[in-house]
Amino acid sequence: MNFMALELRPLCAVLISLTASGLIYVLGEHIRPNAREGITLTAAVLKIITVYSMIPAVLAGREIRLELFSIVKGVSFAFNVDPAGMVFACVASTLWILTSIYSIGYMRGHGEKNQTGYYAAFAMCLCATTGLCFAANLITFFIFFEVLTVATYPLVVHYRDAEGTFSGRKYLAYTLISGQIFFAAIVIVYSVSGTMDFVPGGFITADMLPMPWALVVFFMMIGAGIVKAGVMPLHSWLPAAMVAPTPVSALLHAVAVVKAGAFCTLRVVLYVFGPEMAKACYGADILAWMAVFTIIVSSFVAMRKYNLKARLAFSTVGQLSYIVLGICILTPYSTAGALYHIVAHAFMKITLFMAAGAIFVTTHKKDIREMVGIGRRMPVTMMAFTAASIGIAGFPFFVGFVSKANIILGAVSMGKPVFVATLIASALLALTYLMPVVLIAFKKNVDNPEFAERGDAAPAMLIPLVITAVISIILGIAPNAGLHLFDLAVMAGNQIFMPLM
Amino acid sequence: MIENIPVLIVLLPLCSALLCLALTAVSRNLGIFAVKLSCLASFVLSCIQLQMVVTGGTIHYAIGNYAAPYGIEFVIDSLNAVLLVCFSLMGFLTILFAENFGNEKRPMLVGAACAETALLITGILGMTSTGDVFNLYVFLEITSLSAYCLISLGGSRGVVSAYRYMLVGTVAATLYLLGIGVLYSVTGTLNMGDMREILDQGGYDGAMLTAMCFLIPAFGIKMALFPFHGWQPSAYTHAEPGSRPLITGVMGKVPALAMFRFVYCIYGTDFRFVRIGLILLGIFSVFGMLYGSLMAMGQTDIRKILAYSSVAQMGYISLGFAIGTPIALAGAFLHMLGHVFMKGGLFFCTGAIRYKFGTVDINEFGRIYKKMPLTCGLLTAAALSMIGIPPTAGFFSKWYLALGAAGQHEWIYIIILVISSLLNAVYFFRLIEKVFIRQSSELRTRWESEVLELPLTIIIPVVICFIAIFGLGLFNVRIVDILLMTLEGVGL
Repeated sequence: MNFMALELRPLCAVLISLTASGLIYVLGEHIRPNAREGITLTAAVLKIITVYSMIPAVLAGREIRLELFSIVKGVSFAFNVDPAGMVFACVASTLWILTSIYSIGYMRGHGEKNQTGYYAAFAMCLCATTGLCFAANLITFFIFFEVLTVATYPLVVHYRDAEGTFSGRKYLAYTLISGQIFFAAIVIVYSVSGTMDFVPGGFITADMLPMPWALVVFFMMIGAGIVKAGVMPLHSWLPAAMVAPTPVSALLHAVAVVKAGAFCTLRVVLYVFGPEMAKACYGADILAWMAVFTIIVSSFVAMRKYNLKARLAFSTVGQLSYIVLGICILTPYSTAGALYHIVAHAFMKITLFMAAGAIFVTTHKKDIREMVGIGRRMPVTMMAFTAASIGIAGFPFFVGFVSKANIILGAVSMGKPVFVATLIASALLALTYLMPVVLIAFKKNVDNPEFAERGDAAPAMLIPLVITAVISIILGIAPNAGLHLFDLAVMAGNQIFMPLM
Repeated sequence: MIENIPVLIVLLPLCSALLCLALTAVSRNLGIFAVKLSCLASFVLSCIQLQMVVTGGTIHYAIGNYAAPYGIEFVIDSLNAVLLVCFSLMGFLTILFAENFGNEKRPMLVGAACAETALLITGILGMTSTGDVFNLYVFLEITSLSAYCLISLGGSRGVVSAYRYMLVGTVAATLYLLGIGVLYSVTGTLNMGDMREILDQGGYDGAMLTAMCFLIPAFGIKMALFPFHGWQPSAYTHAEPGSRPLITGVMGKVPALAMFRFVYCIYGTDFRFVRIGLILLGIFSVFGMLYGSLMAMGQTDIRKILAYSSVAQMGYISLGFAIGTPIALAGAFLHMLGHVFMKGGLFFCTGAIRYKFGTVDINEFGRIYKKMPLTCGLLTAAALSMIGIPPTAGFFSKWYLALGAAGQHEWIYIIILVISSLLNAVYFFRLIEKVFIRQSSELRTRWESEVLELPLTIIIPVVICFIAIFGLGLFNVRIVDILLMTLEGVGL
């Protein structure tokens, strides 16, 4: 069997992380930490190569489909690499390697316990994330979705203290309940439609599910997605889960888990229900208004949080709702914008989280009010933080601008002035809660003796966060640089809306 | 030889059970060895038999060459064949596991426990194989009597539990006998296939209804279905630790299979009161699923948690029967197979923890995963399977059950399945929390070794259960296809 065959690569991408996770769990306590982290890094490099190697084929419009075996009667365990999944997979695999390097610096700098379990669960999460990117049908998707739920749990309770346990329970309560409802909805969809394959533009028609039921099933399915994406009022697990170590917050609560929720929303709205059906059952409208509400409210909540990670958590809640809103506007532009916002937000937010973690490990400061003049001590970290903050606010030449502009373009073309106003207002709100941190850090004429000496974070933490900050600027200037992620997002948008045009 | 496989599967454990005590008197290990060997042989033979059934279709075996319907007949269809493989494997694993729990000072007692376990295996395999309603009764009694003995070997509280179980179990056996008596009086036959043909001619509705009223509580008690489960929690908790995985994992399943045989193979779905019976069964299942999980939440003894969880899990199986479409029945039997390894596996874990640390109170399980990673791996896998997280076996059986319910538009059953999974999640994650998160308590290690966390005879069952939970999940379609070979013809 030729393992470099194109069709087998999605499977390889999933198996690489799975193998790494198993190896780390079994060998972790018996080998030296360097060897253990070697496994993580090797797997991350292999995975990134595997994932990137599929980009040209996807850009050329080739279908990469792999049907392995029947997972339940009548449905295969199948992978299908499409542009939308490719965007998310690229982001997740790129950031895995950066976060892994950062984790090594953070976990060792902080002298954390239980590192074996930590790296094993981390790899497992990435396995699940890649799996759900490439899943070709609902059941394959659901399997990886639930694996992700369970694999994240050990990371949330990493510190094994009362607070962590409580957050873990909260996390499980939200995700398991919504997951089980998702399961029931999948059963209903399968029993009425007889298929589960994702189709760009959806496969459910109005005669399969008459009106009140269509809306009920829509929300049963979307529930799992919006819980993970932290759409209000289902967001409260997300700030609670910030008790986890910072790299976890960075990768999982800014990239893998919450984005998996947004991606689930994308799959359900546009690949299961389809734009027409989502519109006809009013599901998309209701969801869009929920997203608008979340964007505004979360910004105000973020302003009142003085714990840096908590502030960033609420910023995540708001930013994820951009993606949900972009999906629910139901135009090719906004869909491309929403997909690209997965990329944009990932790079920007991970920079912010990594910076917060670097500050915590270097100076043990969590509270924003204690960070007066910290820019003097950690200039590089704070420069990266500044760049990412400006990006989150959506300034031109930063990556956040590209995605937001597209979402706004979509909203304009659909004639939704409220959505446009929300998006613009939230950019200003983002400035009001992120800029104070920057201003405090670089405040002039303050001699805070704690921060007088220059002493930036350790290189293992500094390098990844500088890289992500630089990437978020490069992608802002040239959205297609390197991986053609913007083209992929546009392709996905066109695929979905092609039949309608 | 090859055509005698169906009866050999049952006879080998029986012979070893009878020889066991005599051999133990010669040497302690000889008796156990004979039982082990016979159970392994049973397992191998049932694998061969499964292969034969899949390729060659249902096997009818007339015992002593007395032709049915006068003689006793063993009928091995694809359903029986799969279940036999699973049950005999669990029997073998339990015998392996049990040798660690004997009282070193009283070798005869060890031999007796081993003989009883072999008898229990005989009864279970016989009930699964037989195609004769009276023969079923005989094997049911063998199962029950050996179970009474095994439970009473579990110490003074075990004796009380066994006594309770015996009282209730005798009532069940009597009800069963009355039920088949009524059927025999109108049909004049004891062979299941023959009885089906005669009943199909019609005109026996009154007798059939009367028999059904006897049979449902009879099987309900034996399979510990809510609300007939009263004997079960204490019996499961205090049973002899070595044989507990078999008692909890398999013993309750066989009466469920018998109930399925009566409802779908003898009565058939054309019988006009069957619907009422199924609705009743559905109500029992639904309340059982909720009650079992709610009761499990309140316990701190891991054995009690698992025992109450069994009440809930039997509800899943009977829910499949209540829905009644082939796909739901397949789900019920897949759950039966999965649950053998989940519950059996969890009791292997319990036994292993008790063997190593001598405790069963979950509040003392602080971070034992560091000392027993394999056991805790199985514990987690089995717990996730109970909740129904993919890709474990429990998820897929739940999928087929829900799909069957959706096909029959029984939406309430889907809601109950979801609620039940979430209730399972509450107490199983509590268990996982105790094992992985709580502060270590000072547990005295009873068994030390540099290389292995436990003796090999405990590790083997643990590893096999772990593989089976994921194997049954990922390759469920193959099994469901084999099950459907039989079930396609009988469902609604």
